[in-house]
Amino acid sequence: MRKIGLIVNPIAGMGGKVGLKGTDGTHILDKAIRLGAIPEAPAKTIKALEKLLPVRDRLLIVTCSGNMGQEEAENLGFQTKIVYKPKKTITDSNDTKLAAKKIKEEEVELLLFVGGDGTARDVYESVGNRQLVLGIPAGVKIHSPVYANTPEKAGELALLCVMGKNIAVREEEVVDIDEEAFRRDMVRTQLYGYLKVPVDKKFMQNKKAPTPLGEEATQKAIALDIVDHMEKEICYIIGPGTTTRAIMQALRLPYTLLGVDVVMNRKIMKKDASESDLLNYVNQYPSKLILTPTGGQGYLLGRGNQQISGDVIKKVGKENIIIVSTNSKIIELRGKPLLVYTGDKKVDEMLKGYYRVKVGYGMEVMYRVEGE
Amino acid sequence: MKRISRDHKVRNFHQAKWDEPIIFELSNEGERGILVPEAEEEIVKVVGDGVSKIPESMKREKLPNLPEINQKRVLMHYLRLSQETLGGDLNIEIGQGTCTMKYNPKINEYIARMPEMTELHPLQDESTVQGILEIIYKTDLCMREISGMDQFTFQPGGGSQAIFTMASIVRKYHREHGEENQRDEIITTVYSHPSDAAAPATKGYKVITIMPDEEGYPDYEAFKNAVSERTAAFFVANPEDTGVFNPRIKEFTDLVRKAGGLNCYDQANANGLLGVTRAKEAGFDMCFFNLHKTFSTPHGCGGPGGGALGVVKELIDYLPKPIVGFKDGKYFLNYDLDKSIGKVRLFNGVPQTVLKAYAWIMSLGAEGLYEVAKVAVLNNNYLFKKLLEHKGVDAPYIRGKQRVEQVRYTLEKLAEDTGISTEDIARRVMDFGMHYWTSHHPYYVPEPITLEPTETPSKEDLDEYIITLHHIFDEAYENPEIIKNAPHRSTIHKIDESSFDDPEKWAPTWRVYLRKTKEE
Repeated sequence: MRKIGLIVNPIAGMGGKVGLKGTDGTHILDKAIRLGAIPEAPAKTIKALEKLLPVRDRLLIVTCSGNMGQEEAENLGFQTKIVYKPKKTITDSNDTKLAAKKIKEEEVELLLFVGGDGTARDVYESVGNRQLVLGIPAGVKIHSPVYANTPEKAGELALLCVMGKNIAVREEEVVDIDEEAFRRDMVRTQLYGYLKVPVDKKFMQNKKAPTPLGEEATQKAIALDIVDHMEKEICYIIGPGTTTRAIMQALRLPYTLLGVDVVMNRKIMKKDASESDLLNYVNQYPSKLILTPTGGQGYLLGRGNQQISGDVIKKVGKENIIIVSTNSKIIELRGKPLLVYTGDKKVDEMLKGYYRVKVGYGMEVMYRVEGE
Repeated sequence: MKRISRDHKVRNFHQAKWDEPIIFELSNEGERGILVPEAEEEIVKVVGDGVSKIPESMKREKLPNLPEINQKRVLMHYLRLSQETLGGDLNIEIGQGTCTMKYNPKINEYIARMPEMTELHPLQDESTVQGILEIIYKTDLCMREISGMDQFTFQPGGGSQAIFTMASIVRKYHREHGEENQRDEIITTVYSHPSDAAAPATKGYKVITIMPDEEGYPDYEAFKNAVSERTAAFFVANPEDTGVFNPRIKEFTDLVRKAGGLNCYDQANANGLLGVTRAKEAGFDMCFFNLHKTFSTPHGCGGPGGGALGVVKELIDYLPKPIVGFKDGKYFLNYDLDKSIGKVRLFNGVPQTVLKAYAWIMSLGAEGLYEVAKVAVLNNNYLFKKLLEHKGVDAPYIRGKQRVEQVRYTLEKLAEDTGISTEDIARRVMDFGMHYWTSHHPYYVPEPITLEPTETPSKEDLDEYIITLHHIFDEAYENPEIIKNAPHRSTIHKIDESSFDDPEKWAPTWRVYLRKTKEE
């Protein structure tokens, strides 16, 4: 028997059709229901699960009671094991978190969750990057690439996982936007973490020639370039992200994925440094700052790395900023500039201009950086 | 009598499917195609038996494991395989953009196969090969006219090797000027051929790539920020793979020259420029042409290619040795190049390819070459306009302006509307006896197709290609399943492509195949 997990956030997507841009916060949900919103998630869950029907007899779906997964799975005739029962009929983010924790304990091969960016954050909080997961899109806000493009695609990918075929694993960003700001038409995304998701190898790289490197190999190549050219007695401030993490891994140093680490003479000076830590270092030593776009939309600064403040940057100096990125992230920008938002207008202005973005070993792309 | 129906708007094609075994599987022990007669006694007396003089250490102990098959079966085997391919002379060859797949005149093949050519040996004395030396020399003169350069070499075996030769010259040039260590960067653009980055990288250069601006031209502001005292050279194609020609190219090359770098022009595909623009006036120090693209010699499996590399006066001394000279009524091999980078290939390249290119140039003359460019550009813009009439098709950059000799299209809208990708369509095109190519990887233009009609196709050919693509684009909207499962009428049907990325599933030789498929 193969085991997969399933969590449905039954209210995900309800804000969308009534123009509410998300359902975070109970008062918004009440408003959505008053405006006549109907649940989106069940239908989308079914669309995904239908793709798993060919292996129904060999599959156990570990899920939650009622509208958090049981109903959809059992309606399609799947065998289920219920490991979590929400206390109220209208579920909230706590239910997702508790359910994810319970399901992970069952050692499922893949945890499918139905929702939006908020749901992804909840799942991340419970399982971190220790569980293979995949999002079935149903929410209003979906900026996190941990979701498949459509429920059907999610089902197809889950089927490949269950059949043990053609699957590679990639860490993708969990990002969410501030819904309050979004309702005022301001998009502010924030990086919350990374989830491990399956990728169909078929879609990963060039099918005709094996030359273009995969994401991980590219990150390694960039990291080796950085490490090979590190100078002595220079303080390196390593920003968050998986591309910058590869540098710490190449140096065999402990690191934080979401925080800022400080390295000098190939030794760790400070893990998860605060703004005052950073100011302390940059005031003492000549420094370089290594950044990679995080949190979607091409943000270099201001989306989950607020420790790297305007004051820190002023001291480091524009010429000592090193930008690293995989080529695929640059391509995703479709020509739009990389962005900085430090909260200090003068610093943002100072940072504008063209930079050499390191995209491989000895490979750079000239790319434009602009303020928000 | 019934008339033959010509009602179908697209071709009712079906490719041969022979399910032919691999040649090793056809082998029967003791079966043979030919018995080589033993040498006659008289000959053996003079030259020996031909075997006993081979040193023992070099003799095979066992016979080579070659398939043993009779002549008829061998012939049948290869004829069947040939029916299962889609040769350039069979299909309307528009789909392999950037490769300039034009007609290879058959008379030129005939000339290259004449014994006067085939019986030459590269080690013959100069005085006995004046004919081919003259042809190489005169082709050089033609190339000089076309490009404005001052000397050509035909040693590189193709475009990427020509780029590698240019990168080698760049390195040697800066060494001679005491700046080899300081100048460690080359600059290229994202829509130039990937070899413009890759070949200099193999020479140890750091590569800086310029992205396009909104119009698709290399971003000049970015370029200005990239050029410095560390710039060794600028490697660029113009027009690029998008078919967009950068009219400000001279400003780019001037900037590099001022900074002390060299300018290297990738003219692998120069089909839209013959008689129109020249490398010299655009400020380049070097350029190369692929004889197997612009100059009509066969491409890929059709025959060996040739990269004709030209340089300005100041760089002639750096060229690989020898080049062909002419003095006192005699052609000669000139080894007197004191800064030469050395050889990049044996002898003097592929002379029969130079011969075919020369024959092609001479059959057209200067006016004819200009006509080639005009017709190629006209064909391309006709195709461009007609394809853009479909709602699913677009092409980014320079809206409302014409392209040069090719276009990189995008099927992004079609993919969004229908879920059908450009790779799906590429497979479906095979059902009509045609083919198309998407793009180099990674895909900077989403869901790309790159098409280049050249001057070869007639309007009827172009229309057939256009109607077929429109037909398939309509299918994407109306009957996507037929595309998802294509090809249906090709030699093989849809295969699981996932193994393409898995080296464990590759068998480059028969021996590897046997090893990997051995049952435990």
